[in-house]
Amino acid sequence: MATSTPPIELRRLARARTARFGDPEPLDTPSQPQFTVEDMNFFYGDFHALHNLNLTLPSLRVTGLIGPSGCGKSTFLRTLNRMYETVARTRVTGKILFGEANLFDYAPTLLRRRVGMVFQKPSPFPKSIFDNIAYGLRVNHLCSRSELHDKVVHCLQRAALWNEVKDKLNQSAFSLSGGQQQRLCIARALAVDPDVLLLDEPCSALDPIATSKIEDLIFDLRRSCTIIMVTHNMLQAARISDYVGFFLQGKLIEFDAARKMFQFPSNKLTEDYITGRFG
Amino acid sequence: MASTATTPPAPSSAQDAPEKLSLLEKFKKGDEAAFLITFASALTIILITCLLVQRLWADSALSRHAFGWHFLASSDWDPVNDQYGALPFIYGTVLTAFLALIIAVPVGMGAAIFLAELAPRKLSNVLTFMIELLAAVPSVIYGLLGIFVLLPILRDRIVPVLQGVFGFLPIFKGAFYGVSYFSAACVLAIMIVPFIVSISREVLLAVPQSQREAMMALGATKWDVTWKSVVPYAQRGMAGSIFLALARALGETMAVTMVIGNVPSITASLLSPGYTIAAVIANEFTEATGDLYVNALIELALVLFAVTMIINALARLLMLGMKSQETAH
Repeated sequence: MATSTPPIELRRLARARTARFGDPEPLDTPSQPQFTVEDMNFFYGDFHALHNLNLTLPSLRVTGLIGPSGCGKSTFLRTLNRMYETVARTRVTGKILFGEANLFDYAPTLLRRRVGMVFQKPSPFPKSIFDNIAYGLRVNHLCSRSELHDKVVHCLQRAALWNEVKDKLNQSAFSLSGGQQQRLCIARALAVDPDVLLLDEPCSALDPIATSKIEDLIFDLRRSCTIIMVTHNMLQAARISDYVGFFLQGKLIEFDAARKMFQFPSNKLTEDYITGRFG
Repeated sequence: MASTATTPPAPSSAQDAPEKLSLLEKFKKGDEAAFLITFASALTIILITCLLVQRLWADSALSRHAFGWHFLASSDWDPVNDQYGALPFIYGTVLTAFLALIIAVPVGMGAAIFLAELAPRKLSNVLTFMIELLAAVPSVIYGLLGIFVLLPILRDRIVPVLQGVFGFLPIFKGAFYGVSYFSAACVLAIMIVPFIVSISREVLLAVPQSQREAMMALGATKWDVTWKSVVPYAQRGMAGSIFLALARALGETMAVTMVIGNVPSITASLLSPGYTIAAVIANEFTEATGDLYVNALIELALVLFAVTMIINALARLLMLGMKSQETAH
């Protein structure tokens, strides 16, 4: 049951983006599909975690995945770079295309290089700031020793962290604040030049100022990188997503352009969730 | 303020006060009791250590007065003429312990990495159980194993090969009769590997999963994840396991006595028989006649205590150095 006049909460969400970024070009125009998911099911042992997902994630857009805890959005995210395989007794059925190719035909290492991931808690390596970025490059043999420094600098600039760390590249990454550590992790993920960046609640452990810096960063990155982000924060989803998927109890309830979904959700469950009536 | 009207009355009335106070006091006493009991436990450890050192110090007075610092530098161990020097024993103790570490550390680390990171979980659990059983085997069993199994193998197979390849090195020169520093080090290595493996495995398993996933998300292979992310994160804990193993190797008595040959001499060759501090105390204490003899043996115990302390302190300093380098880097 779609309502004809959106409630105040929905209009506020829809305006969140305008307030934050002055609503630059609306990026809900069509683009190449990055991931095409068909009839996907996910099982943890006998537990059926995701039911019959069908959706297309557009490339070079920010897609937000929302839903209450335990609804399967993180699980879905972790199938996209096959990180779920590290957990025993997990199983996926159905079809997922990455670009045009079958996701499961990729070698996991190659896939993960092209589909980077940043986690909920900042997880820098116990090394210097410089080495944290250089790790991905070294592991993948992506550049020569002479290029390394320039590459690291470039990544830190891309993650908008350069000005804050340029004088202490040799200090431990743990000397940074939580927000800086998280941006360092994003820079680290960007170092291997991925096509896609998966973000699993990247701001949930951060304060509002650090959060807004990361949102700015995500907003800039979507020009060069497909972003798929799980978030608990509805306002955040409204602020930075171009597309939004709403998960509930392992099912995809609705997937649509953010502006449409936050103003005129086509499903009653979606409306109830984003207006705060449950969840 | 206006809000005082709405808040419940503060516990300032004369009737409430004594009761509340006594309750508070009870809690306070509970805290104090807990503090005292745990403090007493901690104090016991310090007390035992102090008593130990004091007894060793007092009971070695004769020997200390007779030989002074020369006791440490002399290699003369002659109970018949009442001449005592600790050097061969110190040499043997330190040499066998470090040799054992050189053999055991690569094996132990490799096994720990395999069990924690690479092996299927079921296999890992079974193997870990067996390794922890090994750690509980009494050392006299290892000594027998050394005499009846290890020595023949060393004598017939391993040492001839070593001498063939590295015979030009002074450490592999001379005839090999079985009992030697090298045999003792091998037995010690077998004894301390289980320690290194089980502690290092725990440390590796305690590395946060997020570290592994972060590395994996960069496209790292399983081995890259293990070697460049998990092991560096765990290296301090793994170093700790080596120190424990070292302490065990320095103090091990029975197994070493059975395979080292019990000859107080200092030779460069690892293949010649030697002696360790713990071994000489165990062998000679019961048959020591004369006060000076007994005192000299007790002073040896004091020396062993000091050697263990010094080596542990050095190891800890090394670890501190590692840490500060890590943060500065």
